[in-house]
Amino acid sequence: MSSLLSFENVSKVFPGVRALSGVSFEVRAGEVHGLMGENGAGKSTLLKVLGGEYQPDSGRVMIDGRDVRFACAAASIEAGVAVIHQELQYVPDLSVAENLLLGRLPASHGWFSKPRVVALARARLEAMGVDLDPTMNLRKLSIAQRQMVEICKALMRNARIIALDEPTSSLSHTETEVLFRLVRQLKRERCALIYISHRMDEIYELCDACTVFRDGKRIASHADLKSLPRATLVREMVGREIADIYRFRPRKLGDVRLSVAQLVAKPLTQPANFQVRGGEIVGFFGLVGAGRSELMHLVYGSRRKQGGSIRLDGATVRVDSPRAAIRHGIVLCPEDRKEEGIVATASVADNINISCRRHSLRAGVFLNRRKEAHIADGFIRQLQIKTPRRSQKIRLLSGGNQQKAILARWLAEPELRVVILDEPTRGIDIGARHEIYNVIYQLAERGCAIVVISSELPEVLGVSDRVIVMREGCIAGELSREAASEQAVLSLALPDRANPAAHGVIPAA
Amino acid sequence: MQTNEQMSHAGAAGAGGLTAGRPAEPASFRQPLAEYSLVLIFVVMFVAMSFGVEHFFSIDNMLGLALSVSQIGMVTCTMMFCLAARDFDLSVGSTVAFAGVLCAMVLNATGSAVIAVTVAVGAGCAIGFVNGAVIAYLRINPLITTLATMEIVRGLAFIVSHGQAVGISSERFIAFGNLTLFGVSMPIWVALACFIVFGVMLNNTVYGRNTLAIGGNPEASRLAGIRVERVRVTIFLVQGAVTALAGVILASRITSGQPNAGEGFELNVISACVLGGVSLLGGRASISGVVVGVLIMGTVENAMNLLNIDAFYQYLVRGAILLAAVLLDQLKNRGERS
Repeated sequence: MSSLLSFENVSKVFPGVRALSGVSFEVRAGEVHGLMGENGAGKSTLLKVLGGEYQPDSGRVMIDGRDVRFACAAASIEAGVAVIHQELQYVPDLSVAENLLLGRLPASHGWFSKPRVVALARARLEAMGVDLDPTMNLRKLSIAQRQMVEICKALMRNARIIALDEPTSSLSHTETEVLFRLVRQLKRERCALIYISHRMDEIYELCDACTVFRDGKRIASHADLKSLPRATLVREMVGREIADIYRFRPRKLGDVRLSVAQLVAKPLTQPANFQVRGGEIVGFFGLVGAGRSELMHLVYGSRRKQGGSIRLDGATVRVDSPRAAIRHGIVLCPEDRKEEGIVATASVADNINISCRRHSLRAGVFLNRRKEAHIADGFIRQLQIKTPRRSQKIRLLSGGNQQKAILARWLAEPELRVVILDEPTRGIDIGARHEIYNVIYQLAERGCAIVVISSELPEVLGVSDRVIVMREGCIAGELSREAASEQAVLSLALPDRANPAAHGVIPAA
Repeated sequence: MQTNEQMSHAGAAGAGGLTAGRPAEPASFRQPLAEYSLVLIFVVMFVAMSFGVEHFFSIDNMLGLALSVSQIGMVTCTMMFCLAARDFDLSVGSTVAFAGVLCAMVLNATGSAVIAVTVAVGAGCAIGFVNGAVIAYLRINPLITTLATMEIVRGLAFIVSHGQAVGISSERFIAFGNLTLFGVSMPIWVALACFIVFGVMLNNTVYGRNTLAIGGNPEASRLAGIRVERVRVTIFLVQGAVTALAGVILASRITSGQPNAGEGFELNVISACVLGGVSLLGGRASISGVVVGVLIMGTVENAMNLLNIDAFYQYLVRGAILLAAVLLDQLKNRGERS
């Protein structure tokens, strides 16, 4: 079997960094090829080379044994390549049909006929076996359905090489199954697929072969993934053996710090009740859409409550805004770092000091520059935030370092009582993860009540003293560290309709 | 995204080699140069005009130039805050006219300059508050909101004055506008004071830093405990007050309240901000940039007048300069954004 797509010695250099150095590997027709590696290992750069967004400095890309050189994205599409990025490219207020045919809308003498477009799209969707209404606006579809549209768009251009960059990062369990089914169908149709994911399970479930990247280099390629032990793969990815990345540290728990009673609000389907003790780390697990983030935003005052009470150290407190929460010592690191966490246009120092600066003001309004610099430098050193200087714009930092800066923002608060971390390690590589877990343990040892929301089951099990599981807008149950096995947590988290028998059903919008 | 990550890794790797903790990376000597490129352009322009344009480099002409941009200068300060917070205000031109008319009418009716100025500035505050409250709390797009208030306030100016200019008879009030200190007239001093006060506010107060944070990312700012709505309303309120004061000073200079004064004023003010590197996407502003922006606008206009260039062509030149400034800014940031 010859390869459909191959890379030969591809290199790409950006000012000061070799993003790809001499990468070679092949993908065959009818193969799903997993790309693995930490953030910044070069996977996404490779996809951008494939998609025509970057031109390689040396080396070549070959399709069907012929040299191809894409000067732009259009040339790549022309050659039958479809790169589906993590951030989807669609027009939300156009219909499925129009999105599918965007740029190639059929027209007669410049006149556009909507029924024709819809009919054409419907025919193609049916042929692909995808159950989507072509007249529906993309805005009204679920993320998974939008992704489906994106993939269908690639298929309608008769793409033979399809690359998916972390397609499941925002999909629910059921939605992921739908995606997988489509990927398998493409495989049967002899397409060559490249699949990037941080989730080891998915790689093993879906891929035939895989290539591991580290620091812009290809470390290893495995033609037969099924017989490869996971430990080998992990070692190749991080370059060292990682036994237990969580390094859980047991500690003595104090009295109840945070007590939430009968909390009622929109996305919750039942009043929520839970408690967290001082020094305790409580993991919140649930599928996407189970209401974990929403519940925590209610506690933090950034969502409006309809009823219920929050008690801190036994005293009822009024938390109706994040500002009020912070003044009571409740802080939250939001899930979406870019949209809700960092102020991208501001410096690292400003991002760290944004809240705590109120304690060091002169005459109540003027900033204390020296104090702020001292605080910023202190945390940059303590948390090993990799930045050339504190005045560096935070958007130029990597995700892990941005997350550390946001942690520093809250560590700088003098009286922390409750720390809520929503997906604290999403998209963060192993090195930075260690440091973040360390901070979590240190905070707990200081007596903070800690809530960690995570969609990664091993992480929840690894760091928590206790696990609370949410399902469909309510708390489904809780498990002690000892009782919390993967099996036990998942059986609480999965709704009945997500059991294996129902797999493959396109979820309703 | 990927590139940014990698670049920062590279920067960090460079940092490891040096001991000071805040080492200079190769780009850092170029950065201030890019930062001050606008100042450089202004200086070059100024020197060229001093030699090339007759009567340009004289005390009298300099003072005249400063006086001509003093009202724009005042409002540019507050507009900088407005744009930095990712907001927009088109109503300032109308507010200048309305405040002038109102001030003249109250002055003629009561004979008290204090009451007249207070009423005018109060009206400015009210306009600003309405703008801010509608935008921040009712969440109406700032462009639409202030387009509406621009029309409404202009209408009010015509209604209260019955479409006529309102002459000012108070000698003392007129003298007030012509007051000089060290040979520099009062409107210039007020504009200077605004630059200093708002410059300090932007860089050294919580209010200024919160404004930039809100413009950079409103949701993150809210979650970091900033009262976003309140800050936005305050920005508009202050803008209303300062704009009304500019209107009052203008009325004093031209000895009447003109209901059609300040037409196109809002666009000049926004142009000056943009020339000064204030980002319309929010989160980026500097007072030094804004000062230079105002000065470039004033200098070009002044030189063109001295050279007797047809007013029709002046529009072309102003537009071209604005476009050039934005292009320069784009080039400057290209490497950084990638």
